[in-house]
Amino acid sequence: MATERDLVVLGAGMHPWGKWGKNFVDYGLVAAKAALADADVAWRDIEFVAGADTIRNGYPGFVAGSTFSQAMGWTGAQISSSYAACASGAQAMQSARAQILAGFADVAMVIGADTTPKGFFAPVGGERKEDPDWQRFHLLGATNPAFFALNARRRIDVFGDTVEDFALVKVKNSKAGVGNPNARFRKEFTLDDFAGSPIVSDPLRLLDICATSDGAAAVIICTPEYAMKKLGTLQGTVRIRAVSNTTPTYPQVRLELPDIATDSNSVVQAPARGFKDSIAYNAYEQAGLGPEDVSCAEVYDLSTALELDWYENLGFCPEGEGARLVRDGVTALGGSKPVNASGGLASFGEAIPAQAIAQVCELTWQLQGRSDGHQVENAKVGLAINQGLFGHGSCTILSV
Amino acid sequence: MQALSSDTTTLQNVTTTERIPAVEGWFTTSEPYTLIGAKCTGCGTVVFPPRSGSCPSPDCDGAELEPTPLSRKGKVWSYTENHYAPPPPYVAAEPFEPYALAAVELEAEGIVILGQVATGVMAADLSIGQEVEVDLQVLYRNDEGVDHWIWTWAPSAPKGSA
Repeated sequence: MATERDLVVLGAGMHPWGKWGKNFVDYGLVAAKAALADADVAWRDIEFVAGADTIRNGYPGFVAGSTFSQAMGWTGAQISSSYAACASGAQAMQSARAQILAGFADVAMVIGADTTPKGFFAPVGGERKEDPDWQRFHLLGATNPAFFALNARRRIDVFGDTVEDFALVKVKNSKAGVGNPNARFRKEFTLDDFAGSPIVSDPLRLLDICATSDGAAAVIICTPEYAMKKLGTLQGTVRIRAVSNTTPTYPQVRLELPDIATDSNSVVQAPARGFKDSIAYNAYEQAGLGPEDVSCAEVYDLSTALELDWYENLGFCPEGEGARLVRDGVTALGGSKPVNASGGLASFGEAIPAQAIAQVCELTWQLQGRSDGHQVENAKVGLAINQGLFGHGSCTILSV
Repeated sequence: MQALSSDTTTLQNVTTTERIPAVEGWFTTSEPYTLIGAKCTGCGTVVFPPRSGSCPSPDCDGAELEPTPLSRKGKVWSYTENHYAPPPPYVAAEPFEPYALAAVELEAEGIVILGQVATGVMAADLSIGQEVEVDLQVLYRNDEGVDHWIWTWAPSAPKGSA
């Protein structure tokens, strides 16, 4: 049951994902206006604007909160601008949520948008010898897909997964994405398509790895009192049950982007719960819910194999058994635990600061029964999880 | 190495006897080749890449870390093979040749460290748990023709070797 502290998602809006190379602000404006219309709230009434930053679009990207505020027309609202790599959207969400829970505002906009370059993500320009992100590219050529591949290889050699299991994740997500008008890739892939897909970082093929995309997402969140005044009832409203932004606990013994090495566990013993497990655990604790309560989940499938990890991190199955869930159709649309009913990153590609907010948009519409073409039947609890570089985990739980 | 002059002839003479590392202080440049971590003088925990200023353990106030050689040998934790040239600041050879990367567990230190695998050893030659050891190879040659070296993981007993 939701409590008084559980804020309401009053409206959600997106600019569809794609690759046009336009100014990211243009996408953001479309999402902002769509979210305001969905919430039936005027721009002037927004008291707090939480922007999720993009680091590949010059100065306006670093100060996204004010950039979108100026683009919409200054209103004197309070703002924040957050960067947390892939978790930026969730960080912005938490910023707005904390502001409202502290009593400083009743209604806020959370917004992120991105325009991305083609190809591999590379570090931002300049020679920065002390920056681990620069170091891993310069010294090792350790691209993001290389890290995904190290993880995928572990699954194969330790758990007995096959590359076909990984492909099944893409097949599943691409099928769901066909029904989502906000998805960039609306084509259903089959296992046969994988044979012709080039290997990027062995054992992962191009089709196993998510693309980079342009896109924007925004949500309007508010106190239950504000929603009550607006709607006359809280019945059927989507409530924010948890937002957990979690760091690893020393020693972090799993090699994670962009680190060249893990922490040492020779003096301090590794924690009982690993980093990615703890991201989910903290959100479950906050919400007073468990994996059995989740109707549908949006997880960060940066690679197909990573989606299988998330099943285990979320407690949908024991460690090492994730592949069984995709083989058996458990996580497919229509299965008992649908994952990435939106089509996931496989169908969207990643628009970094917008992605975690898009996950919230998708879950909001799922819980409201508005996801025509990719609707999860009777969805009551939705969970979104992702992990930003440098130990920035995030998990959001919504319920209706 | 700091004494290198800009005279190319001198540089080339030096590189035949001394290897210039692509990153300072992370590995030895003469045999025996080892990675160099930092060890907290307070609690003894080890960290790689080496760092200064603060022990990485949240339970230790130590601020002094001293360089410490790490185990030369470890076991492959996982591995992959890059089939596309990584973007800059990686200096990719042209034409690009696929190469392998391995994450290697050093048992005594309880650390997994990523590195390029010795040239010519590919994913098909590797397996999880396999013993590998530190070696060096040229990472890139700069515009002045000076080779810069990097550590690699090389199989202790390569498959198919006599």
